[in-house]
Amino acid sequence: MPRDDGIGAAVRRKEDFRFVTGQGSYTDDLNRSGQTYAAFVRSPHAHATLNSVDTSAAAGMDGVVAVFTGHDLADAEVNGLPCGWQVHSKDGEPMVEPAHPALAQGKVRHVGDAVAVVIAETLTQARAAAEAVDVDYGVLPGIGNMSAAKAGKAQVHEEAANNQCYDWELGDEAEIDAALAGAAHVVELPLVNNRLIANPIEPRVAIGDFDTATGEHTLYTTSQNPHVIRLLMGAFVLGLPEHKLRVVAPDVGGGFGTKIFHYAEEAIVTWAAAKVRRPIKWTSDRSEAFMTDAHGRDHETVAKLGLDADGKFLALKVETDANMGAYLSTFAPAVPTYLYATLLAGQYTTPLVYANVRAWFTNTVPVDAYRGAGRPEATYVIERIVEEAARQIGMDPGDLRAKNFVSPDAFPYQTPVALEYDSGNYAGTLEMAKTAIDYAGFPARQAASKAAGKLRGIGFSAYIEACGIAPSAVVGSLGARAGLYEVANVRVHPTGSVTMHTGTHSHGQGHETTFAQVIAERLGVPIENVDVVHGDTNNIPFGMGTYGSRSLAVGGSALAKALDKVEAKAKKIAAHLMEASDTDVEFKDGQFTIAGTDKSVAFGDVALTAYVPHNFPHDELEPGLEEQAFYDPANFTFPAGCHIAEVEIDPDTGTVTLANFVAADDFGNIVNPMIVEGQVHGGIAQGVGQALLEGCVYDEDGQLVTGSYMDYAMPRADNLPNFTVDTQVTPCPHNPLGVKGCGEAGAIAAPAAVMNAVTGAMRAAGVTKPIDMPATPSKVWTALNAS
Amino acid sequence: MSSVSMTINGKQVSGEVEGRTLLVDFLREHQRLTGTHVGCDTTQCGACTIHVNGEAVKSCTMLAAQAEGADVSTIEGLADGDNLHPMQEAFREHHGLQCGFCTPGMIMSATALAKRNPNPSESDVRHWLEGNLCRCTGYHNIVKAVMAGARAMNA
Repeated sequence: MPRDDGIGAAVRRKEDFRFVTGQGSYTDDLNRSGQTYAAFVRSPHAHATLNSVDTSAAAGMDGVVAVFTGHDLADAEVNGLPCGWQVHSKDGEPMVEPAHPALAQGKVRHVGDAVAVVIAETLTQARAAAEAVDVDYGVLPGIGNMSAAKAGKAQVHEEAANNQCYDWELGDEAEIDAALAGAAHVVELPLVNNRLIANPIEPRVAIGDFDTATGEHTLYTTSQNPHVIRLLMGAFVLGLPEHKLRVVAPDVGGGFGTKIFHYAEEAIVTWAAAKVRRPIKWTSDRSEAFMTDAHGRDHETVAKLGLDADGKFLALKVETDANMGAYLSTFAPAVPTYLYATLLAGQYTTPLVYANVRAWFTNTVPVDAYRGAGRPEATYVIERIVEEAARQIGMDPGDLRAKNFVSPDAFPYQTPVALEYDSGNYAGTLEMAKTAIDYAGFPARQAASKAAGKLRGIGFSAYIEACGIAPSAVVGSLGARAGLYEVANVRVHPTGSVTMHTGTHSHGQGHETTFAQVIAERLGVPIENVDVVHGDTNNIPFGMGTYGSRSLAVGGSALAKALDKVEAKAKKIAAHLMEASDTDVEFKDGQFTIAGTDKSVAFGDVALTAYVPHNFPHDELEPGLEEQAFYDPANFTFPAGCHIAEVEIDPDTGTVTLANFVAADDFGNIVNPMIVEGQVHGGIAQGVGQALLEGCVYDEDGQLVTGSYMDYAMPRADNLPNFTVDTQVTPCPHNPLGVKGCGEAGAIAAPAAVMNAVTGAMRAAGVTKPIDMPATPSKVWTALNAS
Repeated sequence: MSSVSMTINGKQVSGEVEGRTLLVDFLREHQRLTGTHVGCDTTQCGACTIHVNGEAVKSCTMLAAQAEGADVSTIEGLADGDNLHPMQEAFREHHGLQCGFCTPGMIMSATALAKRNPNPSESDVRHWLEGNLCRCTGYHNIVKAVMAGARAMNA
């Protein structure tokens, strides 16, 4: 009988008691003895020279401990913020990589760019003094979007001619153009992937502390990857060795990518805490978050798909402009290149794919990975143009997809864009989704809507993603400046309870439960006797953190390897206790047995023996039972599936109602189906948000228009329906748990499904020119009434 | 500075505050009740929702001084030791939370709904929670939890 707390069980989460009782420990809940508060002086201008920054009045105000500017950081040899990935242009030149000072030096380049920091006894005093810092700005023309960047209205960085960061390509353009020229049908589609703001409900917080006795610096921060922050901040910005720098990311209130990156405030509070010999806390307010948290997406694309007379895809050509913002955030250059173009084969056998990506600097907040990071953008291109092709050639969109799917017996499948897919069954999830939404019943529902004066549309999105980031050698060859393995440590205590340390970080994903289920299953220990620890570089050997749906596929694999080692050693101890050979020992349900005998010893007894080694094979083993594993994956994992959205539009108001949304996903094996469903729900909500509600708006000059929740439309409970989610299992063949990752699927698949439904409904009303996201009532109404 | 007194989770408390001190800051900074969270500065997110004299209130939108003499309840006052309140239990049972940051505000808002409407429909819940943002769950499981929690509270 399967365990009720093991792999596959919908175990209720171990972490929830503290969260539902208000006992979570988020960074802003922490306070250090003698703590001071930081407030930043931020540019109200998109682009300006700093003629002078006069801090004298602020420095004399009540409670002010210190005021620092960019000059002070430069004098102290504090370096700028590093970029973690180098992309090369098609001519072989490296990307333009301008300095990103933690406090602006000479110039500010986006609204919110930090000019100075005030440290004071209270937050109120710090804010009041920040108001008193006198900055003389020489306002310059600002660049609010990529068109302005290309037009060269101003120069964001002197070293970036025409504001271009890189001009990158994948594939052979001449070959693609020839194939498109020979195709029976060519579909061309311009697409905008709207700029988004991640908006975890917990704003960013950083507390710097310095121990004068030991010389140890500590940073408490809202991060998805504390070791990465320690590496980036310690080695590149502040020049602090790892043994004197501790980074703690306690309970973190959502990340969605934007808490991956190393931010200026982290380095400043860490540096300044040692300078003023006091702890310093900085808490972002929401307004500050809108103008400093890295944004996501912001692509403009023209795609062309060539098909033969039977509807087989021949060639896909994609030309994309990607907005980098004012500076290169930690992983920004990789998002529109290696995390995007390498997914452009989708679920299809398209033999030729070409992508040209041009990245631009603008006077806007840096853009980096947001839930899905490159893969939602790729899915949006493929699934919108495939749907458009089906409409143009008059084929059922499901049938056209199925005709071009990589078949289940074709794996491993080498795509023309570098990735080798490991496993999948795309027809399976397509059929599952069609059944779930009652696809056959759509014409009747559409007719009923029409009778009620409404427009109804249905849209598919058959997505694939590359998760389990990543084989270090592969990403290293593509320009990553880090390895992307994961680390697990399993400490079995003398009485048989277990503490596991993981280098991944949970900020909502439920690792404390999922990883504990794997341990309970493997060691036969009740889940309540297992604790999973994350988020502190002093406790955890190492780790690359949580993003890219990697935690279980990479971190869980490290755990499985560490458990293999625990089991191997425990078997030897058990063999000694049972006076048998360890090769004869079997381990199941927490009991070691010898086949064909009635000998048995419990896991707890083995643990006790390991720590009280009176009767122990000392000549063969060391005492103790604690093992560690680093796992570097052999390949990416490839979750895939099909989502279908059904919408109803009120033509009188342009309001789009999401009538139904179904998801059929293949995540490989599933450890906790309840948690997986929750991850899919959340991803869908963000994808639907992108399609119908959300959009970060800058004006032409780079002034941020959507600077609060009053202006930026977050999905609310009454904007969304319930979702139907189901899964198919095609195990990953190359990791020990057979898992693929589930965290981003919804955000990747949903935008195309919703927009295919919206544009389909509008097409039925005679509007053939597709609108861009978000499909707001005014945009929909305007398009319907222009026709 | 002026003094303010109120009952918080059944306990009489008082403190010295500035006139501009928000109730949420009084709870978090003065009373160390950090279960009430701050997620925005425009009264949109609802992470700071508490009860004042039995009504759900966003504590970032009320001055501490305005709560003089009031009966205040926060998330910390809901459970009876290790025994969760039915709404807390429903959130746990239905996986109505992920990162947990919006959760205290959601639960406080939900218990206020349940007092008015013992058997809310899905639509009632979605409408009521319009003032509470969650970025993790897509609301699906929160809605299930609130419906179940309301029934359990009124059973």
